Amino acid sequence: MKLSNICAIKQGLTLASLSVLIGMSTIAPVAFSSTPEERGLEIVQESDRRDTGWESSEADMVMILRNKQGDESIRSIRSKALEMENDGDKGLTIFDKPLDVKGTAFLTFSHATEPDDQWLFLPALKRVKRISSKNKSGPFMGSEFAFEDMSSFEVEKYSYKYLRDETIDGIDCYVVESFPKDKNSGYTRLITWFDKEEYRAQKIEYYDRKNSLLKTLRFTEYHQYLGKFWRPENMYMENHQTGKSTHLIWSNYQLKTGMSDRDFNKNSLKRAK
Amino acid sequence: MSNARSPAMIRTALAVLLMSPTVIPANELEISGYVDAEWRYFSETASDTDQRDSYFAVGSEVEVYTEWNDGSDTLTVKPFIRLSEHDSKRNHVDFREANWLHIDEGWEVRTGLAKVFWGVTESQHLVDIINQTDGVEGADGEDKLGQPMVNFMLSRDWGDLSLFWLPYFRERTFPGEQGRLRAHPRIDSDYSTYESGAEQAHQDFAARWSHTLGDLDLAVSHFHGTSREPRLIVANDSSGNIILAPHYEQIDQTGLELSLVKGDWLWKFEAIHRSGQGDTYNAAVGGFEYTLVGIAETQMDLGLLMEYHFDDRKSDATTPFQDDTFLGLRLTLNDAESTEFLAGVILDNGTSGKIGFVEASTRVGARLKVTLEARFYDNLSSSDPLIGIVNDDHALLSLAYYF
Repeated sequence: MKLSNICAIKQGLTLASLSVLIGMSTIAPVAFSSTPEERGLEIVQESDRRDTGWESSEADMVMILRNKQGDESIRSIRSKALEMENDGDKGLTIFDKPLDVKGTAFLTFSHATEPDDQWLFLPALKRVKRISSKNKSGPFMGSEFAFEDMSSFEVEKYSYKYLRDETIDGIDCYVVESFPKDKNSGYTRLITWFDKEEYRAQKIEYYDRKNSLLKTLRFTEYHQYLGKFWRPENMYMENHQTGKSTHLIWSNYQLKTGMSDRDFNKNSLKRAK
Repeated sequence: MSNARSPAMIRTALAVLLMSPTVIPANELEISGYVDAEWRYFSETASDTDQRDSYFAVGSEVEVYTEWNDGSDTLTVKPFIRLSEHDSKRNHVDFREANWLHIDEGWEVRTGLAKVFWGVTESQHLVDIINQTDGVEGADGEDKLGQPMVNFMLSRDWGDLSLFWLPYFRERTFPGEQGRLRAHPRIDSDYSTYESGAEQAHQDFAARWSHTLGDLDLAVSHFHGTSREPRLIVANDSSGNIILAPHYEQIDQTGLELSLVKGDWLWKFEAIHRSGQGDTYNAAVGGFEYTLVGIAETQMDLGLLMEYHFDDRKSDATTPFQDDTFLGLRLTLNDAESTEFLAGVILDNGTSGKIGFVEASTRVGARLKVTLEARFYDNLSSSDPLIGIVNDDHALLSLAYYF
């Protein structure tokens, strides 16, 4: 009895484990990976896969820049994006504040391995200007976000290494190290915490070219859209070296808005409102 | 107001408002803009005793915008006003824009007063021709008057095609007798003449095709109509004083624009071929902008600019840039206040003539922008089209409040 009981329990356990593993193998084949590099890549691919199919998105963003003394400066930005198959996403960023740059807009065609194509629209002159996208490490509008932090995420831009499992703020996470492939990146590496439940980035640490901790980004208040896609309401970037911080507050997320290529060209940049 | 053409312009603006579909739902109007106060100080003794050394001015530009049909139709009205001390010709109002834009699948039409910029280079805008220059507003010629137009734009895989019907011509504005930064003798718009009997009602047309091929942006354009740049003819005004009278000729201009991005390098080239203004001629400007990112381990960027100007009319050129080199530095602090410095000099390769400028701007608080500019004009030869302003070195301080 005892023995068979044990056997039954053991058998049950095995079956249960197996079904979990089978289930996971279609969702996240993480458990089967051998090297930390493969595991890291698989976690990031799964995170990317879960965020595929949103087609196009629109959202409003308020950016609060704070210096060491606590002085604040506000930017108000609208962001539009178009999901591309087999290429990086297209993005349109329109400034509403500060008021002296109202109407200024950025158009970006991001690419996985090639440099991004970028244009800037200057409303006072009505001028569309091609700009160099090599400047990845520079600050975005004086904030603690670099251009590369704001650009669309493509799996191929980094190589990966799974580090460990860790619980932060009560959330079970996979911890993955990412190494930028682009030599113009301002970072040697990033460490990202993905929650195990939904593969959403919860925290990113950025290490500068000297491999010292430069910044930490926290994501909070994720909301789900169209029953699938998770978007954070808050992103809080803290620069440990300067004491400055930038808080992004997102609102009015809309996905699958029906936009097309035609909403992301130099012509649409000129009339971005 | 001194601008004799304002009534016609206002009529055009009203016509646009009337032409827009009458069923504009009572949408929310977005109102934004600025009011500014500026002070210009000229450090050298004026060429003419009527001219002053110090000018205070105020101005404002307001944009009223509304959209309907889910953003497929928009209406933009942007009046501008400048009131200046001493120089009555600088007192002017303009509608920089007053147009209705209809956006459809892959095409759009803009009707009314609007502003269009063509070009890629920094130190001279050769190809840019749709709008007339507002010659009393800024010293750099980048301020433009609203141009009446019907502009049809088509977006296709093979590029963007833009077609223009420009039904009414606007004369260039020039400073008055008491104003600085003017020719000697002064240019008097009241004595403007035209090659075409239709004068300002001459129907002008233009087309531009632009496309992006990877790292290369290119555009080819053609303009047929009244030259925005007048020929200046010595004449007498009604009191017998010697003046320069603008004469507007009929021209054809073909333009080419190229810009190529390679890493930190941005290469730029513009060329025109123009006929109808004396001998047919060619002119070009080309160069680069190279950006040093994060200089000296800071967040600052330093841009190095160089451009070469060429005009095959040589010393007969009506523009000052026939064989000149532009060198510039752009320092961007990338701070929360968006502080920027731009310094440049244009050297005449044939003479020791040079013109230079420094521009600096920063934001104070959320709504105030402070700009400081200085310009100098040195050793210009007597045949240089800019000779009239050789004694007009000046500094400008401007405070603009945005709302």
